[in-house]
Amino acid sequence: MQRHLISAADLTRDDAVHILDTAEEMARVADRPIKKLPTLRGRTIVNLFFEDSTRTRISFEAAEKRLSADVINFSAKGSSVSKGESLKDTAQTLEAMGVDAVVIRHGASGAPYRLANSGWIDAAVINAGDGTHQHPTQALLDAFTMRRRLIGRDAGLGQDLSGKRITVVGDVLHSRVARSNVDLLHTLGAEVTLVAPPTLVPVGVDSWPCAVSYDLDSTLPKSDAVMMLRVQRERMNAAFFPTEREYSRRYGLDGDRMARLPEHAIVMHPGPMVRGMEITAEVADSDRCTAVEQVANGVSIRMAVLYLLLGGNEPAVTHSRTEEK
Amino acid sequence: MSKILIRGAKVLGGAPQDVLIDGGTIAEVGEDLSAEGAQVVEADGKVLLPGLVDLHTHLREPGREDSETVLTGTRAAASGGYTAVFAMANTFPVADTAGVVEQVWRLGQEHGYCDVQPIGAVTVGLEGKKLAELGAMHESAAGVTVFSDDGKCVDDAVIMRRALEYVKAFGGVVAQHAQEPRLTEGAQMNEGVVSAELGLGGWPAVAEESIIARDVLLADHVGSRVHICHLSTAGSVEIVRWAKSRGIQVTAEVTPHHLLLTDELVRTYNPVYKVNPPLRTERDVLALREALADGTIDIVATDHAPHPHEDKDCEWAAAAMGMVGLETALSVVQETMVDTGLLDWAGVADRMSFKPARIGQATGHGRPVSAGEPANLTLVDTEYRGQVDPAGFASRSRNTPYQGRELPGRVTHTWLRGKATLVDGKLT
Repeated sequence: MQRHLISAADLTRDDAVHILDTAEEMARVADRPIKKLPTLRGRTIVNLFFEDSTRTRISFEAAEKRLSADVINFSAKGSSVSKGESLKDTAQTLEAMGVDAVVIRHGASGAPYRLANSGWIDAAVINAGDGTHQHPTQALLDAFTMRRRLIGRDAGLGQDLSGKRITVVGDVLHSRVARSNVDLLHTLGAEVTLVAPPTLVPVGVDSWPCAVSYDLDSTLPKSDAVMMLRVQRERMNAAFFPTEREYSRRYGLDGDRMARLPEHAIVMHPGPMVRGMEITAEVADSDRCTAVEQVANGVSIRMAVLYLLLGGNEPAVTHSRTEEK
Repeated sequence: MSKILIRGAKVLGGAPQDVLIDGGTIAEVGEDLSAEGAQVVEADGKVLLPGLVDLHTHLREPGREDSETVLTGTRAAASGGYTAVFAMANTFPVADTAGVVEQVWRLGQEHGYCDVQPIGAVTVGLEGKKLAELGAMHESAAGVTVFSDDGKCVDDAVIMRRALEYVKAFGGVVAQHAQEPRLTEGAQMNEGVVSAELGLGGWPAVAEESIIARDVLLADHVGSRVHICHLSTAGSVEIVRWAKSRGIQVTAEVTPHHLLLTDELVRTYNPVYKVNPPLRTERDVLALREALADGTIDIVATDHAPHPHEDKDCEWAAAAMGMVGLETALSVVQETMVDTGLLDWAGVADRMSFKPARIGQATGHGRPVSAGEPANLTLVDTEYRGQVDPAGFASRSRNTPYQGRELPGRVTHTWLRGKATLVDGKLT
């Protein structure tokens, strides 16, 4: 593992499988009466959020607390940042307080990369989503969810996603989730197809290791998992698509479309869902939809990442496994 | 000291000759000239060029003296071998009145490192709505002949048409910053493979090319001439080539950085590579070099754009756009054009002195190195190779994309009307 986690593209296949396997171990902690490990006791982690994201922040916070780290939550809104303080000064201020790792969410693509590579701070940097660039822990938790559902919790250990056909549908252009998933799923051997109206696919996508289709219906029967991305209603004001209804008709997932999926296929969503837009309530609430499971898996993945970046070489959960056995 | 003998200089890269300067004028060019009564500068095989002329410089004064002043900017210019620079109008206040352009012009005269020719804004406040008093700026002591809203595009087709027509009355030229504003809203870098991966807002080539296409057609229609600032794409080259083949009066410039750097560098998210227009692809770079060589692109202009450290020491999206360039321009041109065999030194003199002076009507600049001409000269050690060290810059700003990069060539001497502004690489 490297010292930082900035992009899913930085992970090798073995790194990624190792994180997924570690996350399976971490997941067992959640099944215990006391959901806590002493691994990161005495380490301080700051959640530095320049964008509102309650879900991701809480997920990291839960992971940090389960590993017994000291947690500082820093929301840039209403802080000195809104009065013009730079990212560099904010980060250096936090590091001066003895922070071992910075989990950063930022609206500007590349901000975590700058933080990790400009000599501003020494702490480990974990990207919790930057602009329209990357969201690597989201891709990891998605891969974790796919491996569990498509291969199996135990059968999946040590395995990648070779041969699995994953379809990602929606606003690819503005999506860090799509970019991270394409990178990681490709590394793990899956075949990715992006489906979106042409306006929501970036120029330059032809260099990505995936296929692109404008037709959802023909892609669904060839999918082991379909991941629906959130589509913001405001996009139609910039002429990315004519109306919400037309988007839903052409690219939304409803019950009829879900029926075209193979029996075993799952429906994923990184959340927050816009029900009625990219996904109907019928699909969102069905057994095939893993949205809630993804949230739970997110905590395990983030525990694994934090442990591997900060925890050193000590096994994280050796006793717990012995206890369980 | 009124006489200077430059001994053994390869004038425009030719056979070594002696050049005698007397007062502000070149007195004689020939072999074995007498050194009597003259201070001798041993050129020793260095290349002697006419003083360089930059049609596109941001001196930042008035308003942003924290990044550059007329003094520091002209010292940087002398250091890079320039004897005349055209100062862009996007200052605070904007150079859209006779008062502001005269102030900038006078500051240049007072400091004496390099002639400063102000460029006037095309529209009031660079807002693209209402023509500035172009005639008043032309009539002023500054004698403005080049007008530009650089930094912003004159995107309104009617305003652009009127400006092109209006300046015909006094032989002016409009220099267009070609950037269609709607196509570049939120744009952060060249749109393509790299922007798709990095998740940075794309700046499509067509945003530049569509404006150039429109403006050459407008210039043709009203019988005026138009100059294209910092042309950056292969497509723009094709349009200018087509326009010239039709006899349309268009001239174009390319920056040194667009001749050397590509958008692959943006993968570092280091804002030192953030610039307007953005760094493009390898294919564009090669097309620009070829176009500069065949004359489709007329000149090299630096777009020297100083910014204080804090405006670059931040995340990409928050950073200012622009690079300093006066002190590295000739080295980059040597690297990309001379050492590649695309241009000889006479060609460099043409693209960096003769033609920019002609486009901007800079009297006394861009003249041949021959007897009777003003002694605006630059001596270049073309054998030198060294790493770029911004700590040694005369510019107040350090935002160079070449820090630590090895580049060829070094300007050792610059003379402005016979007065040395740079001697052995040191400003006087």
